Amino acid sequence: MSTTVIPTRGPMRALTDGWVVAKRNLIKIKRVPDILVFVLISPIMFVLLFAYVFGGAIDVPGNIDYKEFLVPGIFVQTVVFGATFTGYGLADDMQKGIIDRFKSLPMSRSAVLVGRTTSDVAYNVISLAIMALTGLVVGWRIREGVVDAVLGFLLLLLFAYAISWIMAFVGLIVPSVEVVNNASFIVIMPLTFVSNAFVPQESFSGVLATFVAWNPVSTVTQACRELFGNIAPGASVPESWAMQNPVVYSLMWIVAIVVVFAPLSVRQYRRSSAK
Amino acid sequence: MREMIRATGLVKKYKTVEALSGLDLTVPEGQVLALLGPNGAGKTTAVRVLATLINPDAGSAEVAGVDVLADPAGVRARIGLSGQYAAVDEHLTGYENLEMVGRLYGFKKARARDRGRELLERFDLADAADRPSKTYSGGMRRRLDLALALVAEPPVLILDEPTTGLDVRSRQQMWQVIRELVSSGATLLLTTQYLEEADRLADDIVVIDHGRAIARGTADELKSQTGGERVEVILTDAGSRDAASRVLAEVSSGEVRTHSDNLRSLTAPVSGGQQALMRVLRGFEDQQIEVLDIGLRRPTLDDVFMSLTGHHAEAAEEADQAGQKSKRSTKAEVPA
Repeated sequence: MSTTVIPTRGPMRALTDGWVVAKRNLIKIKRVPDILVFVLISPIMFVLLFAYVFGGAIDVPGNIDYKEFLVPGIFVQTVVFGATFTGYGLADDMQKGIIDRFKSLPMSRSAVLVGRTTSDVAYNVISLAIMALTGLVVGWRIREGVVDAVLGFLLLLLFAYAISWIMAFVGLIVPSVEVVNNASFIVIMPLTFVSNAFVPQESFSGVLATFVAWNPVSTVTQACRELFGNIAPGASVPESWAMQNPVVYSLMWIVAIVVVFAPLSVRQYRRSSAK
Repeated sequence: MREMIRATGLVKKYKTVEALSGLDLTVPEGQVLALLGPNGAGKTTAVRVLATLINPDAGSAEVAGVDVLADPAGVRARIGLSGQYAAVDEHLTGYENLEMVGRLYGFKKARARDRGRELLERFDLADAADRPSKTYSGGMRRRLDLALALVAEPPVLILDEPTTGLDVRSRQQMWQVIRELVSSGATLLLTTQYLEEADRLADDIVVIDHGRAIARGTADELKSQTGGERVEVILTDAGSRDAASRVLAEVSSGEVRTHSDNLRSLTAPVSGGQQALMRVLRGFEDQQIEVLDIGLRRPTLDDVFMSLTGHHAEAAEEADQAGQKSKRSTKAEVPA
């Protein structure tokens, strides 16, 4: 019998193998669209809930409608919550025999993770499109140029990609799919709620105010509000450097998260076996 | 002859159990070795070490001349693994599964596609090729799983309990497929709980218990150690036990066994099958010994175990399930 030994290292192999795994994940979304339905309904509910139930009780700086203030925050919250999808997917793979198959193949050791985080970008594109439409329906508008708006969505996708790597790590260390939810909420809840996503930064005080000012969720939200033009002309300029340079500061976080969590996750993947 | 699999002194400990405690194995090129043992004897752990899924705590192993610890990627390029739990993606079709695995072996698109179609034909899955594999029957999934292991035509095949959980017909189909593979010259390591399976497929059998090889030989050699066939008797009255034992001893080719927990039950190894049974019955008639049940039994794994270890196969099974649980928490798809 013939044997062809193909190199399993090198960035090219990681990319092609990662793409093969990403394609496999995308086929699953196509075959089981119910997954999307449930994960997408919750952000729509958030828009409606905050816009119409709490909206009246929350004051935002300057002369601007709360819904316009809210929608960029919901975008960020949605992509952060959406990243749990990465964790679910991996935990599910780990629980099934398929991971043994992957590990017994001479494929790149990072491909399962690269493939998963890549296919989840597609998922985030779909979810952002639905969010944007819901936003437009309730009164959110893009008031800056097209280029800025595209940059805004791009930043959201990059941030989502970074958070996916955190959730990939979570998905690999939890004992079962069911735990992903609880484990990720511990991270997600404080990050998204102790931020400027739903309430203005000015309404926090003391330690919380500092946390909000340097929280990457706040800066991504701030960057989006600037890029989409959802900041009232009269609003005060934020004090922290992070909030004054939200795009640069957010990109620093994105790079830092990937640099830390990608190798960490790959190491965890190599160590773990099917559960 | 070249040894395609060689394991020396493999040790692997899990929290509560020692899954492997110094396992030695060799499989010469082109041969089929069956690793026979009850659940939790360490078969799957041995497979996982040889397939580079886990590292042993001690010992060494080579597959196709490549060290599993020094060059796991090299081993992966030379093996095909088919597991106990069909490792197919249930949302992908049979064809998509094969194409994906081909691509992950580093094949170009066209080659992965052709190889996939070829294997679907060969494994009688062509009609179901474009259906998601979760619509497949258990037997079809196993065949697909085995096809996935063959994508790169590996010189060494490792099959972990390929027929556990299958019905009789699917099992026979699977045996047919495996026999064809073997005739094409692959080296095969197969684990099984069934003596019959090992008997049908393997050149050599290694019996494994508590993570250690306790016997090696052909099926016939092992069976002759267990005394081959045996007569089992359940008496109506325990009082006739001594008389019955004397009748059995005359016919038996070995030692007559009595059971301490059931005084009415006796077992005697015999040769000559039907004739032996007739002689026993005639003897019982002469002595006016009444029986509730009598029968000729073929040797089972449990018998091999009894004769080799003095304990039942089930005893190991219980100890093992604790170990299995810690490894696989929510596997319920294929009842073992």
